[in-house]
Amino acid sequence: MNKKHIFLILAALCAAVVTLVAQTDMVLRIMKSGELAVIAVPDFRGSGEAQQFMGTFNATLFQDLQDSGNFRMAPKSMYPLQVPQRAQDWRPPTGTPPRSQGPWLTDWSNPPVSANYLPIGYTGVQNGQMVLFGFFYNVTQPDLANAQVFNKLYLAPLTEEGSRKLAHDFAADILSRLGVQTLAGSKIYFTSTRGGGKEIWGMDHDGANQKQVTRLGSTTSFASASADGTRLAFTTFAKGNPSIMIYSLETMRQLPFYNQRASLNATPSFSPDGKQVIFSSTAAGGAAQLYTCNVDGAGLKRVTFSNAIDIEPKFNPKNPREMVFVSGRGGPPQIYKMNIDGTDIVRLTSGEGDAVNPSWHPDGQFIAFSWTRGFAPGNYNLFIMDVATKEITQLTHGAGRNENPSWAPDGRHLVFSSNRSGSTQVWTMLADGKQTRQLTTQGRNENPVWSK
Amino acid sequence: MLSAQVREKNSELVSGRDCLEMIRTKKFTWLILACILVAFAAGCKKKPPPAPPPPPPPPAPKAEVAPAKPVVSTFSAQPSSIQRGQSSTLRWNVSGADSVSIDNGIGVVSASGTRSVSPSSSTTYTLTARNAGGATTSQASVSVSDPPPPPPPPVQPKATVSLDERLRTEVADIYFDYDKYDVREDARSVLSRNSDALKRILADFPNASISVEGHCDERGSAEYNLGLGDRRSTSAKEFLTQLGVAGDRLRTISFGKEKPQCSDANEDCYQKNRRVHFSAGQ
Repeated sequence: MNKKHIFLILAALCAAVVTLVAQTDMVLRIMKSGELAVIAVPDFRGSGEAQQFMGTFNATLFQDLQDSGNFRMAPKSMYPLQVPQRAQDWRPPTGTPPRSQGPWLTDWSNPPVSANYLPIGYTGVQNGQMVLFGFFYNVTQPDLANAQVFNKLYLAPLTEEGSRKLAHDFAADILSRLGVQTLAGSKIYFTSTRGGGKEIWGMDHDGANQKQVTRLGSTTSFASASADGTRLAFTTFAKGNPSIMIYSLETMRQLPFYNQRASLNATPSFSPDGKQVIFSSTAAGGAAQLYTCNVDGAGLKRVTFSNAIDIEPKFNPKNPREMVFVSGRGGPPQIYKMNIDGTDIVRLTSGEGDAVNPSWHPDGQFIAFSWTRGFAPGNYNLFIMDVATKEITQLTHGAGRNENPSWAPDGRHLVFSSNRSGSTQVWTMLADGKQTRQLTTQGRNENPVWSK
Repeated sequence: MLSAQVREKNSELVSGRDCLEMIRTKKFTWLILACILVAFAAGCKKKPPPAPPPPPPPPAPKAEVAPAKPVVSTFSAQPSSIQRGQSSTLRWNVSGADSVSIDNGIGVVSASGTRSVSPSSSTTYTLTARNAGGATTSQASVSVSDPPPPPPPPVQPKATVSLDERLRTEVADIYFDYDKYDVREDARSVLSRNSDALKRILADFPNASISVEGHCDERGSAEYNLGLGDRRSTSAKEFLTQLGVAGDRLRTISFGKEKPQCSDANEDCYQKNRRVHFSAGQ
């Protein structure tokens, strides 16, 4: 091996290190955190009738806090044996040197638990309702007055669903006190084959409450939600050729939308203010092109003028004059960015493989997308990109086929579809690729979109 | 010259109108009288020669002499040619007959009359008028022609071979390369054969339209494949239209990868799915 070879290897290593550092940096910017706080989440107990639902409650609370991506979970096996259930249970050490009189904050803040935060509490039944007494501590503080972040009483029906609600509400308060945007209340819409055909379904952010939205008895897919979470636009074959339909999520009714006379009207999405729809249509003949119109389909304006397929347009949520879309104008489908007036067309992906499914991060700086780069056609992996610099990070690495990423309102989570478990299902994960979680099991489930 | 004549005619018309106006106003009654006189004068300008005196009356018939045969002054069929199913009117007038009859099932009739007949084929009617002096016959013909054939009944699809069946057996799918929508060499010959079959089928099913379905394999994204399937169906339709198939009866529709033919993950199966398929339109 001569000097030249060594130099080349060194150069390659340097490049790899620089790339790694750069990627980590982008994910960190998205995750907006360096070191994660450690949280210990002991199991709560319930008195009387409430106890039967505590399994669900404890699992939900743990899941919500873990899924926030804001914490490192302290291993349960290391928890102290004495777990307080309320503020009165704490016993500060006394004497010199201080001697333990019972449960105290340092039991949790010192090794091996080394926690920063601790929620405690218990449930009971009051007037037929399930009630939660919740307490939340920063156990690194020296005394109870400083350690207690808040305590609060929560009420819900005495059912399994009620216990889940108590846990969601408590977790949401914990996260909001720590300045973390919570996903509680957010919805995921997706396409499911479980009832035959393809219909749009909706569920909570954690996969609970799966409910059918459309009943069109056809192939209906590609849902896209308005920024305020009140409307859903999608593509359906219910009228023969693919056409656009808009639903109110408040009334679950169809809203009027005029489809262009064309063989294809598809992949609609809303402008940030919810007043416009951008979609793909063959209204002018030739390949499908992008158009904008009002939410009722009137006021049509053509946006792209290529002789190739242009599809999957998405307005930048922070800049309605900018959008990304998928186009075959350079050969295989790639992701492009363009101003809505047709200026500044930029191809964002390198031209390798097939790059599809762009989804804007809520801050309008990043996109997530699916790309076959480095894999055979059809084997998509998820990537994120800083749109300004075209810097990319790969989030999945060949674990099946991963498609249709969509950002959660918190900007830290992604929902996507993957066949890694054998069939195509809806999964969530953090933007650093960790905490992957399967939310659906029945039938095939795909094309998820995360809504407020 | 010509314009002068026209003017002259116009002036005549004008004078005529004036004349009417005069009549209406009764102001110039004498003029009307004058007009009438002039008209009479005009009418009598060329008087025919005076009528010859009537011929002397025929000599009175002698009793012992046989009476003259009846006289058939008219026997006609109006109209004389009809289409089958229509009718014609026989009209006759006979004088000096004791009995009058018409053949072809009409029988004894009065000396003069009419009868509507509706023969099914060309017929010659014979009228026979008799008296003591003998019989006089006269003939009238009605020629009957076949009506034009009725319009053909609307063509119904033959119950035994449905449109679907015809499309399935006579029109073949064509296949495409990955992420491509141009018509391949092998697909060109298939489309040429399809164009002949489609022309026959469209002629046999004049009310039918045919869906030209574009399909894709499972590898591309579902969204992009919608656009790609649309291009494939449009390519096939344009090719067929060039070969003379009625474009307004071919409807393009893209199913993207929503209706695969085959679901294995290998190239054989992918190729089967990258196709344009022809089906009965909705």
